[in-house]
Amino acid sequence: MSIRVEHLEKRFNGFHAVNDVSFRVADGEFVTLLGPSGSGKSTILRCIAGLEEANSGLIEINGQNVTYVPVQERKIGFVFQHYALFRHMSILDNVAFGPRVRGAGKKERHDKARELLNLVGLSGMEHRKPSQLSGGQRQRVALARALAPEPQLLLLDEPFGALDARLRKELRAWLRELHNRIKLTSLLVTHDQDEAFELSDRVLVVNEGKIEQEAHPQEIFDKPATAFVASFVGETNHVEGMVDEGTVAWGPFRFKAIHLKQGTRARVLFRPNDVYVASKREDGGWPGTIQSVQFLGASVSLAIRLEDGSILNAMVPKGVADQSGFEQGKTVYTHITQAHVFPATV
Amino acid sequence: MRNKSVIPGFGLTMGFTLLYLSVIVLIPLAALVFKSSGLTWQAFTEAVASQRVAASYRLTFGTSLVAALINGVFGFLVAWVLVRYKFPGRGFIDMLVDLPFALPTAVAGIALTTIYSQNGFLGKPLEAIGIKVAFTPVGITVALIFIGLPFVVRTVQPVLQALDPDVEEAAVCLGATRWQTFTKVLLPALLPALLTGVTSAFARAVGEYGSVVFIAGNMPMKTEITPLLIITKLEQYDYAGAAAIAVVMLIVSFFLLFLISLFQKMERS
Amino acid sequence: MIASTPKVTESLFVRILLILVALIFLSLVLIVPLVTIFSTGLAKGIQVYWAAITESDARSAIYLTLTAAAISVPCNLVFGIAASWAIAKFDFTGKKLLMTLIDLPLTVSPVISGLIFVLLFGAQGLFGGVVSWLDIKILFAVPGIVLATIFVTFPYVARSLIPLMQVQGNDQEEAGLTLGAGGWRTFWHITLPNIKWGVLYGVILLNARAMGEFGAVSVVSGHIRGMTNTIPLHVEILYNEYQFVAAFAMASILTLLAVVTLIAKTYVKWRTGEEQA
Repeated sequence: MSIRVEHLEKRFNGFHAVNDVSFRVADGEFVTLLGPSGSGKSTILRCIAGLEEANSGLIEINGQNVTYVPVQERKIGFVFQHYALFRHMSILDNVAFGPRVRGAGKKERHDKARELLNLVGLSGMEHRKPSQLSGGQRQRVALARALAPEPQLLLLDEPFGALDARLRKELRAWLRELHNRIKLTSLLVTHDQDEAFELSDRVLVVNEGKIEQEAHPQEIFDKPATAFVASFVGETNHVEGMVDEGTVAWGPFRFKAIHLKQGTRARVLFRPNDVYVASKREDGGWPGTIQSVQFLGASVSLAIRLEDGSILNAMVPKGVADQSGFEQGKTVYTHITQAHVFPATV
Repeated sequence: MRNKSVIPGFGLTMGFTLLYLSVIVLIPLAALVFKSSGLTWQAFTEAVASQRVAASYRLTFGTSLVAALINGVFGFLVAWVLVRYKFPGRGFIDMLVDLPFALPTAVAGIALTTIYSQNGFLGKPLEAIGIKVAFTPVGITVALIFIGLPFVVRTVQPVLQALDPDVEEAAVCLGATRWQTFTKVLLPALLPALLTGVTSAFARAVGEYGSVVFIAGNMPMKTEITPLLIITKLEQYDYAGAAAIAVVMLIVSFFLLFLISLFQKMERS
Repeated sequence: MIASTPKVTESLFVRILLILVALIFLSLVLIVPLVTIFSTGLAKGIQVYWAAITESDARSAIYLTLTAAAISVPCNLVFGIAASWAIAKFDFTGKKLLMTLIDLPLTVSPVISGLIFVLLFGAQGLFGGVVSWLDIKILFAVPGIVLATIFVTFPYVARSLIPLMQVQGNDQEEAGLTLGAGGWRTFWHITLPNIKWGVLYGVILLNARAMGEFGAVSVVSGHIRGMTNTIPLHVEILYNEYQFVAAFAMASILTLLAVVTLIAKTYVKWRTGEEQA
């Protein structure tokens, strides 16, 4: 079941939450809307679900125009950030609710509910109430409940936002595996880029109501289309300079900027892990002194003070840091292996 | 402008609500205004400002104010003690605070009169030291304290409960004495709620009838409260006069409601 | 309720002093009246007590009170649920005004509430002509009492449900919608079970206030013994005739109801507190 959204607009009392958004999701795809709080991503999702009425635009599910179809008839599965389980019903009745509403008999809907509870790994808990379950378990029940009426799509609104980091990682992996099994078209909203990258076939980066980039996760990371995408996804260093003869200069470095106009200001963004730090002088390396060494587990973050006084953030694997003997005060030589150049905004 | 929600039932519930309200509230209120507008301006002023009526205003508003202020002090104290301290019977006392709210006014009225009359449990000792309570404005005030108490306590309690203890600890770290912390940090934060509670107690006291009419003595010009005066006028078939006085009281009520919403806005900002 | 005590607090002496003052104040204001009601009613023994509340006029008063309550409670319950749904689930201009209107009977003197009905249905009233033409008695008869009771008690269920529904939010209802449930099903299966304690408490309070209403009913009733007296009015008559024991015996019925209301409130608060966790 595919999704097509064209020129979607939504305003709340003058606030332009969704600004001319168009995109498609192919059948069986897992797509994520990634963006900061207030970017409008949840609103887009809720419009597709029918929980918000768009001001204008087209929403099509599987070729059918559903823009004016009420939410009850859209046959979508929705998973809320705070689970929204029916507190006074047992887990089994929660999951059986969808089929029940569609007229399934008691045996039929209970069997279906049990089947889904099994799928999400919670069989045996069917007579418990939601308050007796942990956060992660509740969210799995919410997922089972959304899947029970056999929806055409699955929409997830920051489903792991209320859980701790470790649980988030576990459920993320589990969700990806589940998707591989059932291949239901899914659209997820999150502000967590790791989540977006791990789960999705494609990522749509949303900012201030607009889609800034739409691509595979790797491409979003390696070839950010705008300064926003580059700085939102992953850590960055940034430097500003003038475009001169197709390049921007910074110390000994020259960044290609042929796509920008001569004489304009440009912004250069590069990731800490695209900074190569050497202990011996090699061609073109810019010397600097290590100001601080931060141990982060599997990697080490270095703050390097360059000759012109600016600080460069580099990220190196721990093994490399140990071998090269990186410590405070040591002189090192830096190279930048990859950078992205954008026109400087105000 | 309504942000259209997908939750169903707005039309049905709003429609029913407005219909019910019109029938039960708005039409009756209109009757009130309509009836009193039948009077000429002169007759109106005479009805609402004659000596006897003016005396009832002084009594009603005066005793209500005193009672509300006393409730402000003691109600605040009760709320503080219930929220901040643990002591045996706290749960029971907390439950009991709502008694004036749940008890019928007539029952409260006869109970208080019995207690404070000449031979009563408290009336006797008080009389012995020269304080007459029943059938005096003092008695009226006592009754009004009874019915107004829950308003102050229940308005202050939740706000007190929600106060962040960290703020007080910060004040102490900065060197403030307990009294300074109370007057400069806590009291300002609780003031809007306290004002709301006192005003609510006052508003309720002004209109109170059942608990007061037994203990008051009801002597015109001395211990006659305004609500009683309205009933007296009705019994004399002076509908217009009764309506006129009622309109004055309504205006006062609306003004107090307005004050309360002001205080609540203060609290929110 | 849990006491929220910061680590730094008043000295022990101050605390004990404040607690004592509060307790003395509350004893004088609350406990003494409560005890007086029962002690006076039972002063002449249980038999006299029982005779007082089963005497024929007393029985009529009880019957009338129950009738007024039996009609007011369902009407105001339906209204309360409808109004709470409209206010808690939607945003619209005039919401504040609507909520003020709902609170109106609580801010207006009960005497004025009764007066309003006299002005409507009395001989000189707005609908006075209509009433006498149709030959139905509203004032000084049961219908007037019922109407006045409905008027003074209609806010109670709404006031109990509105904050409760606002706290609960719309998430579960939205989930129900996505699963295909329509309006009634959503309300019946999802919302109602969540607010049941609020409804129960609202009904109990509503009932207590309906049965105990004095001022408004006094104005519309006509005080006709055995016919248009509710329990509170009957109490007034007995008291004014110096029949103190009988008066307090009747009063104790309503007092017991008040105590039950208090207990119910505490229980409901405890249950909703638990469920929110």
